[in-house]
Amino acid sequence: MMTPGLSVIIAIVSILNVVGCGWLIWWTARRRPDEVSQGEVIDHVWDGDLRERNNPMPRWWLILFFASIGFCLLYFALYPALGTFGNLLHWSKASQYEAEMTAARREYAPVYAAFAGRSVEDLSKDPRALALGHSLFANNCVQCHGSDARGARGFPNLTDQDWLYGGTPDRIVETITNGREGVMPALGEVLGPQGVTEVVAYVRSLSGAQAAPALIEAGRARFVLCAACHGADAKGNQAIGAPNLSDDIWLYGGSEATVRQTVTYGRHGQMPSHRWLGEDRIRLLAAYVYSLSHGGGTPAVAGTP
Amino acid sequence: MSDIKTQETYNDTVVRQFAIMTVVWGIVGMAVGVLCAAQLYWPALNFDIPWLTYSRIRPLHTNAVIFAFGGCALIGTSFHVAQRTCHVRLYSDRLAAFVFWGWQVVILAAAVSLPLGMTQGKEYAELEWPIDLLITVVWVAYAVVFFGTLAVRRVRHIYVANWFYGAFIVTIAVLHIFNNLAIPVSFTKSYVIYSGVVDAMMQWWYGHNAVGFFLTAGFLGMMYYFVPKQAQRPIYSYRLSVVHFWALISVYMWAGPHHLHYTSLPDWVQSIGMAFSILLLAPSWGGMINGIMTLSGAWHKLRTDPILKFMITSLSFYGMSTFEGPMMSIKTVNALSHYTDWGIAHVHSGALGWVAMMTIGSMYYLIPRLYNRAEMYSVRLIDVHFWTSTIGVVLYIASMWSAGVMQGLMWRAFNADGTLTYSFVEGVKATYPFYLVRFAGGTLFLVGMLIMAYNVWMTVRDEKPAPVRVMPAAAGV
Repeated sequence: MMTPGLSVIIAIVSILNVVGCGWLIWWTARRRPDEVSQGEVIDHVWDGDLRERNNPMPRWWLILFFASIGFCLLYFALYPALGTFGNLLHWSKASQYEAEMTAARREYAPVYAAFAGRSVEDLSKDPRALALGHSLFANNCVQCHGSDARGARGFPNLTDQDWLYGGTPDRIVETITNGREGVMPALGEVLGPQGVTEVVAYVRSLSGAQAAPALIEAGRARFVLCAACHGADAKGNQAIGAPNLSDDIWLYGGSEATVRQTVTYGRHGQMPSHRWLGEDRIRLLAAYVYSLSHGGGTPAVAGTP
Repeated sequence: MSDIKTQETYNDTVVRQFAIMTVVWGIVGMAVGVLCAAQLYWPALNFDIPWLTYSRIRPLHTNAVIFAFGGCALIGTSFHVAQRTCHVRLYSDRLAAFVFWGWQVVILAAAVSLPLGMTQGKEYAELEWPIDLLITVVWVAYAVVFFGTLAVRRVRHIYVANWFYGAFIVTIAVLHIFNNLAIPVSFTKSYVIYSGVVDAMMQWWYGHNAVGFFLTAGFLGMMYYFVPKQAQRPIYSYRLSVVHFWALISVYMWAGPHHLHYTSLPDWVQSIGMAFSILLLAPSWGGMINGIMTLSGAWHKLRTDPILKFMITSLSFYGMSTFEGPMMSIKTVNALSHYTDWGIAHVHSGALGWVAMMTIGSMYYLIPRLYNRAEMYSVRLIDVHFWTSTIGVVLYIASMWSAGVMQGLMWRAFNADGTLTYSFVEGVKATYPFYLVRFAGGTLFLVGMLIMAYNVWMTVRDEKPAPVRVMPAAAGV
């Protein structure tokens, strides 16, 4: 992309424009033999009374102008501006970012090193670790799971005992590290409108919702299709993140209309990988999440034995 | 005056139309702005109606104030100034009428399509392709009328105001056409031909020069006619106007990339945008110096003349925001100010302080003269308007400055463990009080415009404007 020819053109045009400003000032400031004396009114008149004075440009303004011309030329030499030329300082936004990140890593490494090598369960009982985990959670997780970790529509509640992919420390670490992608296929075409109605009635009945018994029975027969992922008993499958359908806990909502939407069009949930946080931070984060459903709750437990 | 029919007269009809619509669209655009401001404090004010949601009325606000209010003011005054300083009637009455009605159709089309959610998704260039085409046709007609009038002028020298209007007309045509190149997929939807970072670059080349040429060069043209007229003093320095004109229009073209600091735009493009933004300070200030120094020797008039108060305050805001702009374009400052309400403060110190106040002052000069009156119905109400809008602007920009700096500092605050101190929503929560003050400031500015509307109505009603004879070229030697 950045050919030498292009850089030459960029350099020439930019420098010409900057230097051209200087020439423009010099050329305009020259006194002409036929002009009226300084401060006098020039003899052109427009619209009866519009005139112009022959005042010089203010000196302080000219100094400002020339200083900014000098700044431009200096900046062109020191920073990347003329295509591939200049940049005597070898500056780039990538190198600035790396420098700041390296400094930050050096500064904060001891904070996290203090917790290295400890198990998630162990960390989840350490108030200092939980405080750190809470900070990390506030930075990285609240956007979807909420500042109270109770989730939102499509984003699981992390404070209860219901786990899509499992709530053991190892599984939580795995989820944070690799992310998760939960896909339920659209079944509207396969089931047909009546079939969807029956399946919805059956699925909701598992959590205690009322419906005509005939509908529920018909839905139970059709549930064979769903059992492949959700299991014959509808208790879900944590290996693939298929939710338990019998506990009245709903990821996308349990109303008739919402379950119908889910069955008809399918769902696609995604949690991004957080591998870039590094092992130490992930374990602290996992410890905080683990504590939420294991009596810990928040770092407010600090001080209790 | 029996020979009036045989004498050439000025075309003031189209100027009157644009002048009145300037006031009307000013009120509409600012009212929508006040609603936007109110929604940020009371989110329920969208009433769950799709076409009242913030995302749709915010572009309606920006388009209405820039292109409807600002556009009518610029086109109207440029027609007036070109005729008066060329000592000739407009080049074509029919084309001038087409420009007026065409521009109103564009505005109405925007007012309907934006709330319906039809948008190209490019800031200040949201309008879809059929409207873009109409804008192009109207703009070409506008250029023909303006430059045609200059071509048949009866005085040798082209007055400085016309240089600025001319630069504004030519540049906006180029910006509009190239930024809006798009492939239509239906009558109401198109996709621009640029993608990725090239699209961003084009967009901000357009966006920043819309500021530079629509909101700066155009209004400098207005300033160069109405300030010396109202002050009845000669322009301070011809030399200064030459230098700052050429420097301004050549340097502005480069400044767009400062809107894309620390993005995937190549480093050298960002740097070049920043360097030229710094270089822009002196040429910008050239206009302020020339405007303010034109008043030298007439300072006493500021005590009694509220129109001059509008103009001098406008020039002061112009100086402030053209200092602030280069400051904010410096990468280190931008790292704090970008994406915060500081940007909102900056554009409103330009848009309300400079653009609107210069327009208001010029309209108070122009409207009575267009209707055969010596002055506005009430000079006292102009003074009331001045103080209302000045307090409004100050409340507006002071609150948004504070909010912006606060947001920037909150977003970059770190805990001892290297995590961010505040989540985004905490920054939003902390901004609420400032949003309320901003709403109050905006409301005051709108109230000022309503006072103006009353004053204008009382000035023009029952007046039967008579044609004005073109000034003989001899009078303008």
